[in-house]
Amino acid sequence: MRTLLRVEHLTKDFSTHGGETYRAVDDVSFSLGFHEKMAVIGESGSGKTTLARMITRLTEATSGQIFLEEENITRAKGHNLRNIYQKMQMVFQMPVDSFDSRRRLGDGIAESLINRGMKKAEAWEEAERLLGECGLGKEFLTRYPHEVSGGQCQRAAIARALAIQPKLLILDEATSALDMTVQKEILGLLDSLQEDRDMSYLFICHDLALVQAFCDRMIVMQKGKIVEEGTTDQVIRHPKHAYTKMLMDSVL
Amino acid sequence: MAELLRYDHINIRYGQSLVIEDVDFNLASGEILGIVGESGSGKSTLLKAGMGLLGKEGQLCRGKILYDGKDLGQCSEREMQKIRGRELGMVFQMAGSSFCPIRTLGVQMQEAVRAHKRISKAEFMDEALDLLNKFGFDKPDRILESYPFELSGGMQQRVGIVAAMLLHPRVLLADEPTSALDVSVQKQVVEQFLMIREKFGTSILLVSHNIGVIRAMADEILVLHQGKTVDYGKKDDILAQPTSEYTEKLLEAVPRFRR
Repeated sequence: MRTLLRVEHLTKDFSTHGGETYRAVDDVSFSLGFHEKMAVIGESGSGKTTLARMITRLTEATSGQIFLEEENITRAKGHNLRNIYQKMQMVFQMPVDSFDSRRRLGDGIAESLINRGMKKAEAWEEAERLLGECGLGKEFLTRYPHEVSGGQCQRAAIARALAIQPKLLILDEATSALDMTVQKEILGLLDSLQEDRDMSYLFICHDLALVQAFCDRMIVMQKGKIVEEGTTDQVIRHPKHAYTKMLMDSVL
Repeated sequence: MAELLRYDHINIRYGQSLVIEDVDFNLASGEILGIVGESGSGKSTLLKAGMGLLGKEGQLCRGKILYDGKDLGQCSEREMQKIRGRELGMVFQMAGSSFCPIRTLGVQMQEAVRAHKRISKAEFMDEALDLLNKFGFDKPDRILESYPFELSGGMQQRVGIVAAMLLHPRVLLADEPTSALDVSVQKQVVEQFLMIREKFGTSILLVSHNIGVIRAMADEILVLHQGKTVDYGKKDDILAQPTSEYTEKLLEAVPRFRR
């Protein structure tokens, strides 16, 4: 399988008030292939989100390297970084917070297109098409984030992420705050998008049942380290690490 | 089993909108009833109504809520104060944030108990330590000396449940008590609730969107959708053969973990 994303020895230290350092992510290496759905699982504080933020370059890595399509993006800046975001986008847990509360959903979705030189009218047409692809009518273009439900807002956030046709979506607990029936709809949407657009997902999640239903491979993180890695079936049927076993025994 | 808490065909209105319509159930002594539903279905409103905490806008406009035969809607605020905490205990999603952040847990728990009964500090300490011990806490004295922020989220939740149990209420109303927790801690909290029922015979009204938690705890289930009951009955019957289309859709949406 061709590699889309490769992470090598990624480490993040945060300094605490006492001057000590806290290692949130500790020597993490893995790779993600084209057209693959990989889960990162672990409990709160295990470093999942810090890992995602480093890959998307929202947090600077302390050491280690990140390669996207074999291009080293660990220290990419400015123009370079903007180009990288055309290949990689992120969807967050709280969709409403990820939109500017004073601007309409259409503004948020069209923004990246306009920034790339598309004319406004054209960008809005494209935004309308994207919303449609995500199952929302064009009336949502002119709604404000607080005027729509959580599920609708998350669909709009996915539409926004898709606007510049990325190859990789990083989803950080993207369905955790949603109702069960809505979660199912969103996962269905992600599945069909993967087929239509040949995308890869890095799916950060704490729900093992969900990961089993949705992902091909998974890595298990504990205290910043990867303790187990494999296909979802293999890890769930034959967990090797005590922590993975404990997680599975906890599923109700 | 004796009927302890009964919601008798109630309607609840917030301002102009009817948020609960004709909900009717009863909770027997020692029973756990799970109320499942999605956001906006009215689950939390039902619990608030039981505690008399609907606020200015909320109004119980039809039906009655009876606790031990007493109509809670007819109780004065003074009477309700005696019932809240002592008869009907409450546990929230983040029990930790219902504590004051700048005072120790022990002081706050003692204050809560003293609001309901005369008790010396020594007696309180004995009771609190004994209860924490029963629930398997390692160093109960350390917990009472701690400030809320010194404990992890899961620990705060477990201590919050112990705090609710100090007054030995006959009914616990729990609103999404495990939703903010990691899976391993969630399991501990579920076990703690089951232990409460076993040791004290407490009835529990559990509100949750998490079907796994409801499946692990409840005897009976009520499925709420847009303020109305769409299914109500024994847990196994509802989970195996839901009668409404909505419950079927809800159960289908929950991914099953297969090992």
